Amino acid sequence: MTALTQINSNHDALNTYILRMADNNLVLGQRLCEWCANAPILEEETALMNTSLDLFGQARNWLNYAVDRDASLQDCDAVTMLRDERSYLNMLICEQPNGNFADTMARHYLFDVWHRLTLEVLCNSANETVAAIAAKSILEVRYHEQRTRNWVIRLGDGTEVSHQRMQTALDDIWTYVGEMFTQDEAELSLVAQGVAPDQQTIASQWRDIVSATLAEATLTMPEDGYSQMGGKQGEHTEGLGIMLAEMQSLYRAHPGAVW
Amino acid sequence: MKHIDLFTPVDLISTDRGRDIDFHGRNPSVDEVWQLLELVPDPEIPVVSVVDLGIVRDVRDMKSGWEVDITPTYSGCPATDFIASEVERALDRAGLEAKIKTVLAPAWSSTWITAKGRQAMLESNIVPPVHDLNTLACPNCGSDQVNLKNQFGSTACKALYTCHTCLEPFDYFKTI
Repeated sequence: MTALTQINSNHDALNTYILRMADNNLVLGQRLCEWCANAPILEEETALMNTSLDLFGQARNWLNYAVDRDASLQDCDAVTMLRDERSYLNMLICEQPNGNFADTMARHYLFDVWHRLTLEVLCNSANETVAAIAAKSILEVRYHEQRTRNWVIRLGDGTEVSHQRMQTALDDIWTYVGEMFTQDEAELSLVAQGVAPDQQTIASQWRDIVSATLAEATLTMPEDGYSQMGGKQGEHTEGLGIMLAEMQSLYRAHPGAVW
Repeated sequence: MKHIDLFTPVDLISTDRGRDIDFHGRNPSVDEVWQLLELVPDPEIPVVSVVDLGIVRDVRDMKSGWEVDITPTYSGCPATDFIASEVERALDRAGLEAKIKTVLAPAWSSTWITAKGRQAMLESNIVPPVHDLNTLACPNCGSDQVNLKNQFGSTACKALYTCHTCLEPFDYFKTI
């Protein structure tokens, strides 16, 4: 049985980056799981759960690497189940509640484009393990992006109601977009070493791709206003703590529990 | 215990859970171990072996035992751990000690599925990966009047289609 010990929260730059990548996937994957038995149609439920599975699998690859580099993180399960909200380093966009189906798809599409562009550069990372994990992930993420893009277009250029819901979803999530392109010192040091991509380059590519999709979907690209940030440094919105409480309760009640 | 002749081609059937080969105490060649692994079915698509699916990447004789590299099809494939233990058990039953290594690079690609694997899929109504989705035809009646029902099917590696001609649903093994 594993003891409920505190997980180290002082990471070097690379592990900070790896945990951010892992946590984005973990948190978004867990949010998608909340659709289980609630999705609008059966096919969509299968798709949401399979996407979630991909994200968890990728998170496991990242976490195993973080644990390899820092034994104090114990193992993949412990680092997922025993870290508190403030030690989670995902971006805020990933933890936003599911809302309606348009909210889920808007959040997911905007993240997918960022995720794909980031992984594309990471495939050529100076760090071989990072490059290998990225190359494995990108094949799956391209497929996710295709799917969420289709939904954004279908709902945007759909009925009056679906159009209006998708537009509201975009307007609501937009305040969390800016954080995807921010970089702190830890990340900039990895950019300088050729390990991580420069998010400034990715930001402009992201804008071009998203604006083309929104135009096709007859949607209006929201104006950039105030950006809510802090997730990458462990400062989260209200929803994450509640989500983690549910996700971690079993493991914390039965330390070391496995399926 | 059922022993089979190593060099008789065998078709896997869905109830197979690995057959036994006895090397009678001698250390087999690398080729023979590959042949042994061709008898290990994929748990999700049991008509296709883990070798024909391209999951087994390398087999090495380490003299003090064997090392087998396997790679997951999808990062989150829930069968990956099971496949590793099935491969290990198959070697164990043949009296060989084995260490299974999971490798991520190069990433698994659907182009690694062998011709034999593709044929076996088709025969069980799963369309193997195609380059051009316009060439996709119903495995049941051959019609090209097919429609994507869902980008994800019964497993992460498949998508769900229906045929407008014979009205049968079928799985398509996705190209990645």
